[in-house]
Amino acid sequence: MNSLTTGARIRSVSAEQKPDVSHNVLLYVEDLTVSFDGFKALNKLNLYINDGELRCLIGANGAGKTTLMDVITGKTACDSGSVYFGQTVNLLKHSEPEIQRLGIGRKFQKPTVFEALTVFENLELSLHCNKSVWYSLRAAISGEQQDLIAKTLEIIGLKDSRSSLAGSLSHGQKQWLEIGMLLVSEPRLLLIDEPVAGMTAEESERTAELLTSLAGDHTVVVVEHDMEFVRSIARTVSVLHQGSLLAEGSMDKVQSNPEVIEVYLGDESV
Amino acid sequence: MNQPWATWLGDRRLSGDSGVFISVLFAATVLVVLGNLLIPESSTLHVSTYTVTLFGKYLCYALLALSVDIIWGYCGILSLGHGAFFALGGYAMGMYLMRQIGGRGVYGNPVLPDFMVFLGWEELPWYWLGMDNFLIAALMVLLVPGLLAYVFGWLAFRSRVTGVYLSIMTQALTYALMLSFFRNEMGFGGNNGLTDFKEILGFDIQSDGTRITLFVATALFLGIAYCVSRYLMNSRFGRITVSIRDAEARTRFLGYQSESYKLWLFVYSAVLAGIAGALYVPQVGIINPGEFEPLNSIEIVIWVAVGGRGTLYGAVVGAVLVNYAKTRFTALMPEGWIFMLGALFVLVTILLPKGLAGLLKDFQHRRGGPRVGREIEAGSG
Repeated sequence: MNSLTTGARIRSVSAEQKPDVSHNVLLYVEDLTVSFDGFKALNKLNLYINDGELRCLIGANGAGKTTLMDVITGKTACDSGSVYFGQTVNLLKHSEPEIQRLGIGRKFQKPTVFEALTVFENLELSLHCNKSVWYSLRAAISGEQQDLIAKTLEIIGLKDSRSSLAGSLSHGQKQWLEIGMLLVSEPRLLLIDEPVAGMTAEESERTAELLTSLAGDHTVVVVEHDMEFVRSIARTVSVLHQGSLLAEGSMDKVQSNPEVIEVYLGDESV
Repeated sequence: MNQPWATWLGDRRLSGDSGVFISVLFAATVLVVLGNLLIPESSTLHVSTYTVTLFGKYLCYALLALSVDIIWGYCGILSLGHGAFFALGGYAMGMYLMRQIGGRGVYGNPVLPDFMVFLGWEELPWYWLGMDNFLIAALMVLLVPGLLAYVFGWLAFRSRVTGVYLSIMTQALTYALMLSFFRNEMGFGGNNGLTDFKEILGFDIQSDGTRITLFVATALFLGIAYCVSRYLMNSRFGRITVSIRDAEARTRFLGYQSESYKLWLFVYSAVLAGIAGALYVPQVGIINPGEFEPLNSIEIVIWVAVGGRGTLYGAVVGAVLVNYAKTRFTALMPEGWIFMLGALFVLVTILLPKGLAGLLKDFQHRRGGPRVGREIEAGSG
C-alpha cells in the first residue's frame, strides 16, 4: 500500500521536471568553455541533440569528449556557456545526483559496477525510485520493478548470473551490466562512453543492436573510438576537435569532409 | 510500514547471522552470571565480581568496535577519532553519577561536585543543570555524540573530504577535545575527570548486584545494537553504503546523495559509541580526558582489523580477544603492550587482511559448510 503511494508521488515529481522538448531538441550545449590550468578542454562548443536520436561523438584524444560528458552530468564546472536539458532545465545549476534524477544516465569509459554486490543488487540500486536515506531504510522491490529487472537481465544476457557477485563477471559482462544499470533507471538521455572497449566482435555487435533499439524511446549519445562500430550504429556523427565542433552530419558526409580527414581520420580510414 | 509484526520479524534483513550472534551472547551472559551467583567462591569455576565487571568492560569495547566497523567496514570511512564519541557518552553518564553523590562528597556540598568546590565555584555551570535527572542524562548520552558527529560530518562530507585527510581530521577532533577537557575551566574536572561515584539510579554502584546488572545491561545493548545494525546493513540502505565505499562517484551518478548517506551512518555510529561510553563509565568508576587520547581511537581500529572488517561479528570478536590479551599481557609487562599492539596490527595487515572473520570464511568455504552471515567483502584500503 505504502510503496504504491510513494511510487505515485515520485512519478508526479518527475513529471513536473520533465524536460520541455517542444522544439524537438533535448540537449542544448552553447558556447561551452572549460579550461584546466589554461588548457581549453572545451572551447566555445555548440552542440544540439534532438529528442530520440542516436548521436555519436568522435574525436581524437583530448578533443573534449569526456569533459563534455563531465559537464553535462555535473561532475565538472565550466567557465562559461550554458547547458540546457529541454527548454527550461539549466543543468549547470544541478548536482550529479539531481541530474541523474532528472533523467540523464551515464555509462563510464571504465566499467564501474559495484563488485561487492550481486548483479541483481546492482540493478536494484539503479532503479528509478526515491533515492533518499529514509526511503532506502525500508525500501522493498515492487512486482513491477521485479519484472523490469528480469526483463533487463534478459536483454543484457545476464539472467543466469543474477546472484553472482558483479566482481566475478568478465570485462564484457561488466560493460553489459553497466548498460543494464542505465536501462533500469529509465533515463531520458543516455550518455555512453566507449561502450565496446574491450569487447569481442560478437559482443560489440550485440551492443550495437541494443543501442540502436534504444533510440526513439530514449535519446542516446555515444562516444566511441572504434570507427567500425560508429559506422554500424550512427545516423548523425559530431566530430570534436580541440574542444570545438569540427563537423556534423552523416558518417559518409563527415568522412569526406577534408578538415576531418586532416585532423582525425587520417589516411587509413578513408 | 503497515506490514504485520510477524512478517517484519521474519524479514531476511533481520535474520542473517543475528540469531547465532544473539544465542552466543546470551549463553555467555547467562554462564557468567550463573558462575558468579550460583557457584561458591571456593570453586575454581566461580566467576568473581571483578571478572564480571571486566567482561562488562569488554562488551562496552565490543559495542564501540561495532560502531567503528559500521562506518569503516561498510562505508570505508576510517575514523581515528571514535574514542571522542565514546568519551562524550561517558562524560554525560559521569555527570549524572557526580550529581548522584550529592552531599556525600568530601566537601559535603549538596549540589556542587567536589572539584567545583575545590576550584571555589559558587554555582553549577549551565550545562550541568538537569544532569541529576537520569532521563536527561541518558538523552545527552545520545544527543551530544550524535550532534557532534552531525556537525563534523556535515562539514567534512559536504566538502567531499575523504580518505586519509578525513582520518587525520577525526584524529585532530579527538585531540582537540582531549586538550579542552584537560582544562579545569571547562568544568569537567580537568585531568582528574569525574570519579568517586556512589550510586546509579539509587543502587550502590559498588555492590555485586549492581555490577551484574550493569554487565547484563551492556550485553543487552550490544545485542540490540547488533540486530539494528544487521537490519540496516541488509537493507537497501546498507547496499548503498557498500556502493559508496567501493565507488562513491558512481553511486552519485545513480542519483544517491552520498553525503547524506555517509552523514546519517556516521551519526548512527557515533551514537552507538556514546552508548558504549555511558555503559563503560559506571563499570570502571571513572572518566577522564585520557579517554580522548588519539591512541585509544587507533586501538579501536586495530580491534576491528583483527576481527575482520565489514562483518559486525568480527568487530565484536576482535574487541573481546584483543582486550583479553591486553589484560593478560599488561599484568606481565605493562610497558610492552604498545609494542605488542603495533606488532599485532602489522601482522594482521600482512597475514590476515580480512581478519579472523576472513579466516573463518575461508575455512567454511573449504569445508563447504554454511556461510556465516552475508558476504560483503571489504574492499582494499
